[in-house]
Amino acid sequence: MGLITPNPGLLFWTVLAFSSVMWILWKFAYRPILSALKEREDFIAHALNAADEARAQMSQLQSENEKLLAVAREERDQILRQAREMRDTVIEEARKKATEEANRIVENARMLIQNERKAAVSEVKEQIGRLSIEIAEKVLQEELKDKEKQNSMIDKQLENIRFN
Amino acid sequence: MSLKIRRFLIFAVIVSSIVFTAFINVNSKNNSSSAQKSEATASKSAPVEKFKPGEMIMEHILDSHEWHITQFGDYPVIVPLPVILYDQGKFVCFMSSKFEHGHASYLGYKIEEAAGPNNGKIVKVLPDGKTTDATASLPVDFSITKTVCAMFVSLIILCWIFLSVAKAYRRRPNQAPKGLQSLMEPIILFVRDDIAIPSIGEERYARFMPFLLSIFFFILTNNLMGVIPIFPGGANVTGNIAVTMTLAVFTFIITTFSTDKNYWRHLVDMPGVPIWLKLPVPLMPFVEIFGVFIKPVVLMIRLFANITGGHIVILGFVCLIFIFGEKNVWLTSVVGPFSFAFMLFVYLLELLVAFLQAYVFTLLSALYFGMAKVGDHH
Repeated sequence: MGLITPNPGLLFWTVLAFSSVMWILWKFAYRPILSALKEREDFIAHALNAADEARAQMSQLQSENEKLLAVAREERDQILRQAREMRDTVIEEARKKATEEANRIVENARMLIQNERKAAVSEVKEQIGRLSIEIAEKVLQEELKDKEKQNSMIDKQLENIRFN
Repeated sequence: MSLKIRRFLIFAVIVSSIVFTAFINVNSKNNSSSAQKSEATASKSAPVEKFKPGEMIMEHILDSHEWHITQFGDYPVIVPLPVILYDQGKFVCFMSSKFEHGHASYLGYKIEEAAGPNNGKIVKVLPDGKTTDATASLPVDFSITKTVCAMFVSLIILCWIFLSVAKAYRRRPNQAPKGLQSLMEPIILFVRDDIAIPSIGEERYARFMPFLLSIFFFILTNNLMGVIPIFPGGANVTGNIAVTMTLAVFTFIITTFSTDKNYWRHLVDMPGVPIWLKLPVPLMPFVEIFGVFIKPVVLMIRLFANITGGHIVILGFVCLIFIFGEKNVWLTSVVGPFSFAFMLFVYLLELLVAFLQAYVFTLLSALYFGMAKVGDHH
């Protein structure tokens, strides 16, 4: 039992004990533990990767959405602009047409009024002419009842004509 | 806060002084009474048995055939261990209690008490049972000694810990560790990621993992068990040269069997070294080949010396109390607390050393395994 002289029996037991414990632990402990650790590390790495990927996809999706939204907004603006333009032109055209129509109607009316007035004037003229003839007829009848007067009249007229 | 600590320290010093004084009083009385008794029974020459620190320390450090736990007055509490002897082609087995603590012979064997190379070993005795047969060869001693027994205890603990941890891994795959598992996992990962992979390399480390883990936890468990002063701890397993020798030989064998041809070529013809170091006088080859054997020897001695040294220092501080107590009981109430404080410090240091030596042994083994495969990159 010296301090620095190894005892052969102890050597034997140490070899036996150490190798048996190494074998037992190798078979039943280290293999499952190390493989489980490895598996878990892989699992965690995989999960982290997947999360990263998902995040990237998410951001991509978001940017796509934004792009899509921008395009849609642009389109809407364009449509609105076109509609406004169209409305403006339609209104303009309608106004033009309406003005033309009105002008035409007014013109027609004026022409009609002109015609009517002409007709009326001519009719009045006719009426006045006829009336004055009638009146003159009556006056003449009245004036020229006797012969003398008729003669005098004729004379007078003749005189007038002479002067003329 | 600091006032509280100071008060506590003063209180602790006073209490420990009283305890030490009382303890030494009792002990010295016991010593004298046991001395008287032994005088009466065995008629020893010394009137008072003097405290011998050297013997006491060696008794604690060395292996023995029985496990001395404690002593109540004259009645020692001893666990007898089986003695297995291989003598002249046959095995002899009996319990060590048959030796009556080294005082008696049994079946023609006894524990040598006389100083000399055979002190403490089992030797043959002549039929009269007293005189030692000096000419006879020693029987080969395969006894389950205190060291072997302590080793078995730590191995059982080790197996229990690892098997339960392995079960936990199997039962809860891909989940965070829990309980004992979370205590062991960082250490296992430490051995894998900080010892094996950097020293051996990513592609080859896996085949050495069982050995590295085994050696790390074997040394660590035995170191820690050795620091625990009560049964079944307190045996000096990793401070025994036979144990450290076995571990070093394991490392040596595994290193030798995992070499490539470049390793052997480099032993004889180290590249990048001036030719005059090799040719007329083979200085480098000699150093290299010597190094192959010196490496495991250094492993063996480092672990042995560190653990044994630590135990000796702790026991030395304990002995200091008794040495002063023997001179003057009251002196020890002054020395005792200081000795105790130093012992506490060395104890904490020993805890550190327990981890450190397990780490160093494993790391160096891993480095040797890594160096065994040189490859062509030089």
